[in-house]
Amino acid sequence: MAEHYPALQVVVPLLAAPLCLFVRNGRAAWGLAVLASWTALGISLMLLSRVMSSGVISYALGGWAPPIGIEYRVDVVNAWVLVIVSTIGALVAPYALTSVEREIGARRIPLFYAAYLLCLSGLLGITITGDVFNVFVFLEISSLSAYALIALGQDRRALTSAFRYLVAGSVGATFIVIGIGLLYSMTGSLNMADLAQLLPGVWESRTVKVAYGFLAVGFCLKLALFPLHLWLPNAYTYAPSPVTAFMASTATKVAVYMLLRFFLTVFGAAFSFDVMALDRVLLPLALVAVVSMSLVAIFQVNVKRLLAYSSVAQIGYMILGLSFATVTGLTATLLHLFNHALMKGALFMAMGCVMYRVGSVHIDAMAGLGRRMPATMAAFVAGGLSLVGVPLTVGFVSKWYLILGALERGWWPVAVLVLIASLMALVYIWRVVEVAYFREFTGDQQTREAPWTLLWPTWALVALNLYFGIAAERTAGIARQAAEVLMTGIGQ
Amino acid sequence: MREEIIVRVGAKVLAPFIIMFALYVHFHGDYSPGGGFQAGVILAAAFALLALVYGLEEVQRVLPPWFVRGCAALGVVIFAGVGVVTMLLGHNYLAYNALAPDPTHPEHGQHYGILLVELGVLVTVFGVMATVFYLFAGRKGQAS
Repeated sequence: MAEHYPALQVVVPLLAAPLCLFVRNGRAAWGLAVLASWTALGISLMLLSRVMSSGVISYALGGWAPPIGIEYRVDVVNAWVLVIVSTIGALVAPYALTSVEREIGARRIPLFYAAYLLCLSGLLGITITGDVFNVFVFLEISSLSAYALIALGQDRRALTSAFRYLVAGSVGATFIVIGIGLLYSMTGSLNMADLAQLLPGVWESRTVKVAYGFLAVGFCLKLALFPLHLWLPNAYTYAPSPVTAFMASTATKVAVYMLLRFFLTVFGAAFSFDVMALDRVLLPLALVAVVSMSLVAIFQVNVKRLLAYSSVAQIGYMILGLSFATVTGLTATLLHLFNHALMKGALFMAMGCVMYRVGSVHIDAMAGLGRRMPATMAAFVAGGLSLVGVPLTVGFVSKWYLILGALERGWWPVAVLVLIASLMALVYIWRVVEVAYFREFTGDQQTREAPWTLLWPTWALVALNLYFGIAAERTAGIARQAAEVLMTGIGQ
Repeated sequence: MREEIIVRVGAKVLAPFIIMFALYVHFHGDYSPGGGFQAGVILAAAFALLALVYGLEEVQRVLPPWFVRGCAALGVVIFAGVGVVTMLLGHNYLAYNALAPDPTHPEHGQHYGILLVELGVLVTVFGVMATVFYLFAGRKGQAS
């Protein structure tokens, strides 16, 4: 059984998705979704522990040995990302039950869980596969289901924002497949490990450089790097609450993983940094993203949109770590993948609780909620502190490594900008906290604390925020090991 | 078009041949151009033709919308299920060699495996195409 874990990681949610349509009952579909996502979490944890103890796992799909067949290849890097995605999946699935019954019509609930499971299996598939075309296939599975999930939002603007995401996402996916096609034309191979061996021979060709450019734009669209982030704020704002929590914590993370995997493993760190100057292209974009998007977030009145802009800024941090082109910088990137998933997941879930009870996430609707919904708002404050980077939370750990990476390169102005952006995060989180705790409650007197079915996944994420903020050496150790794997490349 | 006798009879005569052709494209898919995707589209086209001539309601009496939606999901189950079966037979996921009836000739398994997996593709593509057609054809126009 254990040798089939790489395939089962994707197959379990993929097979559960169509079964959701057959049960045609919201609760039963939910049960399936929870079962499948917890199974996926179990498998990913076992894969991570096996990779840590005994090295790379390779699984030949269909029995065809790589590089001819499709290979699923698990190393520390993608085992780590698999754990991130499946952890969030396993907490969003139980959270969805109550939230979805309020926000989505009963007839569409099985469809919601089917799309959710497809999105989960797509994201897991992108992460686990060692075949570049397979990446594209899973990218389409996850993106198409994500468009459908976003379009299920209550607000009619959900439809237009899903459509805008569809257009931007399809352009991104097209660019990626063009890049993959050009690579295939130059090397005749689609296997990542094989490409990493073959590409140095054709580095000089313009086709490879053009392929690199197409892939870079495609990935940056998918991961919403400034200035290609325009699809993100509306999509996150109008999607149903569990979808926002899930997408914000997983989809962009997996896109960052794709970028790292292609540019560092397939092309190699030497080609990316020395020939293509990837670090010098990404550094200014990342800095602008961090500062300008934090600034924009301060002026938002819809708290989900505020958090969405903050997500674009946080993606800036991840790309900033990559642009240092050092192991410490990459460690910060990989740590922040996990840490940002935990904090944004908790924050968006807290907003889902507010949506459930108050029916709005406008900042004025939060007036006095600190006393009406103490557990929800306390979770928001804890997630917010983590976002700011207060010690004893995961946010602090990421920022620590990021600043360490900047100082290692001697780029102290970058370190100062990171600190300034953290203060800006404090400002936008404080705006919500101030309204929630220091203003009188004016809404419906019936408003009570959110049900425990919504609260426990939220608090589970908050607990993880604090746990890994204190026991940081575990996550930092894995992230450093993964960063070293990425920097040394696949051959060594 | 419901009054045009030539169109009505023509559609009725053509439909079974279109369905046969879909199956031909499917079963030849493993050693000539074609396969489940094309077969599914052709199969759905046969019913689209009938719906155009005889009306959507008539076709939906034979193929109700819940049935074609079920097909869309069933095909994925068939495809992924073949992989699970090969796994239960002790091979890797989707390793068709496991499906060979005679273990001394594992390559025969490839033949069966491809046909089964493509059957899954056929069922899903048929289901999705028919669903898309139903949705567009069933829209009540605002202008009229």
